[in-house]
Amino acid sequence: MPLEVQEEGSVEAGLDALDTPIHTSEGSRLRQIAARVLPPVGAIVILVAIWQALWAAAFWPEFKLPAPAAVWSQIWQLVTSGDIGGLFWVSVHRAVIGFAISLLIAVPLGLAIANITVVRRGIGPLVSGLQSLPSVAWVPAAILWFGLNDRAIYWVVLLGAVPSIANGLVSGLDQVPPILPRVGKALGAGRFGGIRYILLPAALPGFLGGLKQGWAFSWRSLMAAELIATSPELGEGLGQYLHNGMSLSDISMVFAGIVLIFVVGVGIELLVFRPLESSVLRARGLTSSAR
Amino acid sequence: MTATIDALPDLLSPVRFHQVGKTFGTGQKAVVALDGVDLEVSAGEFVCLLGASGCGKTTLLNLVAGLDRPTSGRIELNSSRPAVVFQEPALMPWLTAAGNVELPLRMAGVPKAQRRAKAAELLELVRLAGLGDKRPHELSGGMRQRVALARALASTTDSGDAGKPSLLLMDEPFSALDAITRDVLQGELLRIWRATGTAILFVTHDVREAVRLGQRVVLLSSRPGRVVRQWDVNDAPDAVDEINTALRKVISSHAA
Repeated sequence: MPLEVQEEGSVEAGLDALDTPIHTSEGSRLRQIAARVLPPVGAIVILVAIWQALWAAAFWPEFKLPAPAAVWSQIWQLVTSGDIGGLFWVSVHRAVIGFAISLLIAVPLGLAIANITVVRRGIGPLVSGLQSLPSVAWVPAAILWFGLNDRAIYWVVLLGAVPSIANGLVSGLDQVPPILPRVGKALGAGRFGGIRYILLPAALPGFLGGLKQGWAFSWRSLMAAELIATSPELGEGLGQYLHNGMSLSDISMVFAGIVLIFVVGVGIELLVFRPLESSVLRARGLTSSAR
Repeated sequence: MTATIDALPDLLSPVRFHQVGKTFGTGQKAVVALDGVDLEVSAGEFVCLLGASGCGKTTLLNLVAGLDRPTSGRIELNSSRPAVVFQEPALMPWLTAAGNVELPLRMAGVPKAQRRAKAAELLELVRLAGLGDKRPHELSGGMRQRVALARALASTTDSGDAGKPSLLLMDEPFSALDAITRDVLQGELLRIWRATGTAILFVTHDVREAVRLGQRVVLLSSRPGRVVRQWDVNDAPDAVDEINTALRKVISSHAA
């Protein structure tokens, strides 16, 4: 008998060894980084080369298409004078605060829409509709209601980000396989235990997608608001910088503003959201390593 | 581990069905899944529920697990919370194997050190000691189903009602596995059953599996599900042919 038991155990151990999925890592760390960094850098180099060629060919007058070097010198001047820190600070801290407030509003909203049928039927379509309404459309109303101040700007940012985050949470919750809450119930989860231990973690990948989109929307809305609502009391953010470029008819300044706005938006996505998302997906075995 | 049979002087049946019926929908389109089912599982007994598709095997299990309510009749549950293993392992993909086993304990508010110890003990029981920090996607199908079994066992042992007999419900747990793995896991289940002394209600559509595992095999008819016949297969391992014939008869009665 003991012999048979032992044998059964070893058969099982053998099966486990044979059946366990194999995960290979691709090459060295350095190679992986190179494989990730080189393609976008290459794309940027090609883009700048085309720009340079178009500028050199002088299809358009200088006041419409600036030289890449002129735009670079604008940015470099901001860096050397230290003004760039102020511009970034004004815009980024607004975006982060706006995003944080949006999060506080959107999470309970999304939970309510996903879990309560009446709320879903009543507010669900409204929230989805708001998502497709450009939040710039709220700038005039916000200025009339709040005046030219930070509150007007936050209002616009909120209306941009809240629907995205709430919708992301709702679709994340909707995509939870129904077997998981059932298993949770069988394991003794109550209503709140089920939400806290099963539903919310299961919805996390979809929710992160919503957060990413919410960030993009809040950054976009903020720039639109800053661009339209300019006043000395508001301080100078990237949107106002862009606006100043237009007022001064300085195309290289305008281009510099666009480049900086792009860099911040992409930078936060790459530094914050991409690593967060990929670590969540990797932990669940949801990524192919090529992404 | 769970209370063993010898520790219970007074053998309460963990679950007893009294004329249980379950109907889905109402009016013309109503489907009668179960009708007048009387069934009793004794403490420590291994009962296999056998039937073709649509016989309400899964419905019956859901009723015991408290995931659904009977439309008529009564289910008398004298066990601690029944442990349930589904056809899919349905492990939480964001938790490690140990995290999955700890989940029911966490939801019951068991302190961390105690959960750890319990999870390690249960993983050892299903021969997965040392693999606690693997994620579900890093495990094979058979290993996942064993984690699910350990997790289900954890859900019964957390509740304070020790002294009550324990009950394990299994809904075709091996049907999605390949033949070799299924064979090994059936042996494992018998070993775990003997080690824990828990009663098991095991749903399957595989006659050989039912005869190999169960002490008693209960054949259910389809639409509506009724208990057709029972076999005591403890001393009659050659009952396979006889049960097969009976099952075929039940199925062919639907041909008309």
